[in-house]
Amino acid sequence: MHNFNCFIPIFAANFEHIMSLLRLKTLLIACFSLFAVLSVTNSFANENAVAAEGHVANAEKKEGDFNVTETILEHIKDDHSWHLWGHTSIHLPVILKTSKGFEVFSSEKFVNEHHEPVVYKGNFDYKLIEGKTKIVDESGNLDVAASKQLWDLSITKNVASLFVSVFILLVVLLSSAAAYKKTGVKSAPKGLQSFMEPIILFVRDEVAVPNIGAKKSGKYMPFLLTIFFLILTNNFLGLIPFFPGGANVSGNIAFTMTLAVCVFIVVNLSANKSYWEHIFWMPGMHWSMKLFLAPIELIGVFTKPISLMIRLFANITAGHILVLSLICLIFIFKTVFASAIAVPFAVFIGLIELLVAFLQAFIFTMLAAMYIGMATEEHHHEAHEGAAHH
Amino acid sequence: MLLEINPLVLPDIGLVFWNTIAFLILLIVLGKFAWKPILKAIHDRESGIEEALLKADKMKADITAMQNENEALLAKAREERAILIKEAKEASEKMVAEAKDKAKAEYDRILADAQLAITQQKNAALIDVKNQVGSLVIEVAEKVLRKELSNKADQEGYIKQLADGVKLN
Repeated sequence: MHNFNCFIPIFAANFEHIMSLLRLKTLLIACFSLFAVLSVTNSFANENAVAAEGHVANAEKKEGDFNVTETILEHIKDDHSWHLWGHTSIHLPVILKTSKGFEVFSSEKFVNEHHEPVVYKGNFDYKLIEGKTKIVDESGNLDVAASKQLWDLSITKNVASLFVSVFILLVVLLSSAAAYKKTGVKSAPKGLQSFMEPIILFVRDEVAVPNIGAKKSGKYMPFLLTIFFLILTNNFLGLIPFFPGGANVSGNIAFTMTLAVCVFIVVNLSANKSYWEHIFWMPGMHWSMKLFLAPIELIGVFTKPISLMIRLFANITAGHILVLSLICLIFIFKTVFASAIAVPFAVFIGLIELLVAFLQAFIFTMLAAMYIGMATEEHHHEAHEGAAHH
Repeated sequence: MLLEINPLVLPDIGLVFWNTIAFLILLIVLGKFAWKPILKAIHDRESGIEEALLKADKMKADITAMQNENEALLAKAREERAILIKEAKEASEKMVAEAKDKAKAEYDRILADAQLAITQQKNAALIDVKNQVGSLVIEVAEKVLRKELSNKADQEGYIKQLADGVKLN
C-alpha cells in the first residue's frame, strides 16, 4: 500500500510527460496510417491488376514476395487457427449456426495441405473468404444472401485468448481472495495477494471513489474491477508475441464494443431522475435552449460508450501496427542490418505499449466510472437554482 | 465502402457472443468469490487500522493524564516527606533536649544526694570523733581527777571551785 502511494504522485508528475509521449505516438501513428493508406490503395490497385491477369499471376507469385499491409493485418485480425511455431498451429473449432441448426468442425477442414483455402461441405458449402467464414455456391463463389443467415460463433484465436485471460484472472484473483481468508485480515498481504491489492486499491481510491462517491461506489466496484482487470490482462497478453498471447483481443472492435455496451447498460440502468432531466429538459435554461440542448445531450448518451469503444480499439491496434511495421522494416529493406534500427525502436515502442496497456485499462475504467458518477449524481443545489430562476 | 475496406472495424458476432459470456462469467464468479471477500477484507483491515489508531491516541492521552497524575502524586509525596522529616527532626531534637534536661536533673539530684550523704557521713564521723575525743577526754580527765582527787582535801577544794563556776553561770 505504501509503495503504491509513492507511485501515485510520480504517476501524476509524469502524466504530462506521458501525454506528450502519447502525442508523439499519435503523430507517429498518423504518419504511419498515411503511409498505410497509400500502400493499401497501392496494393488494391496491384491486386486489381493481378486479378485482371487472372489466376496465372497468382500462381506465379513467389514465396519471397512480401506485402507489408497484408502481413500486418493478418497479425492484427482474428483467425481460425492459433499459430505456435514454424508450420505448427492449433486448429480451433468452428461453430456455425445456420437455418439448418448448429454445426461444429475443426478449422483444419478450411485449408488443404498447402495452406490454401478450400471449400468444406457441411450443411452448406463453407469457405474462408478474407478470413471470414462464408457460404459459397457450387462454383465456389460467395453466396451473399445465404451468408447473411450464417452466424459464426467459432472459437477463434481471439476467443481462445479471451478464455486464456479469463482463466488467468480466475486463478490469480480467486487465489488471492483465498489468501485473505487464510491469513486473515490483520496480517500484511503476501505474494500474489500483495501484487493485486495495490491495483484493487488503485481502482477503488483513484477511479471509483473520486468519480462515483464513497457511498455509491461500493455497488459498482465489482463491475469496474472486472472491466479493468479484463482489459489489463488482454492488453498484456496481446503484447506477448508468442503462443499464450499474440492475439489482438483488446484491439478488436468486437471486444471493445461488448465492454462499451456493458458500460452503456450499467450507466443507463443506474441513471437517476435528475440525469434524465439534465438530458431532456436541462434545468436553469431558457425553454428554447432546452429544446436545443436535448438532442445534443441525447447524442451524448450514445457517443460516450462509442468513444470508449473506439479509444481502446484504436490505441491497442495502433500499438500493434506500430511494432509490426517496425519489424516489417527488416523485410521491406530485405537486409538483416535494418534490424539494427528496427529492433531498438520496436523495443522502445513495446515499452510505451506496456504503459499504454495499463493506461488504456485505467482510462476505460475511469471514464466508465465517470459516466456512472454522472448518471447517479444528485443535483440538489442546481435544481434549487433552477427554481429560483423561474 | 470504408467499412468494407477495413475489416478491422467490423465486429465479429462470434467474439461479441463469447466475450459477453466470458464477461458475465467473470463478473459473477469474481464478484462473488473474489471482489466481495477482497474488498471486505481490505475494508475490515482499514477500519481495524483506524480503530487501532484511535485507540492508540486515546491510550496516549490516558498515559499523559496518568503521568500528570503521577507527577502530582510525586510532588505531594515529596512535600509530605519533607514535612515528615522536619517533624521527625523536631521530635528528635525535642527528645534529645528532654533527655539532656532529664540527665542534668538526675545528675544534680545524684550530686545533691552525694553531697548530702557526704555531709551526713562527715557529720557522723565528726560526731563519732567528738564522742571518742569526749570519752577520751573524760577518760583522761577521770584518770587525772582520780590522781589529783585522791586526797579528800583536794576533792573538796575542787568541788568548791566547780560550784563557784556553776554559780557564776
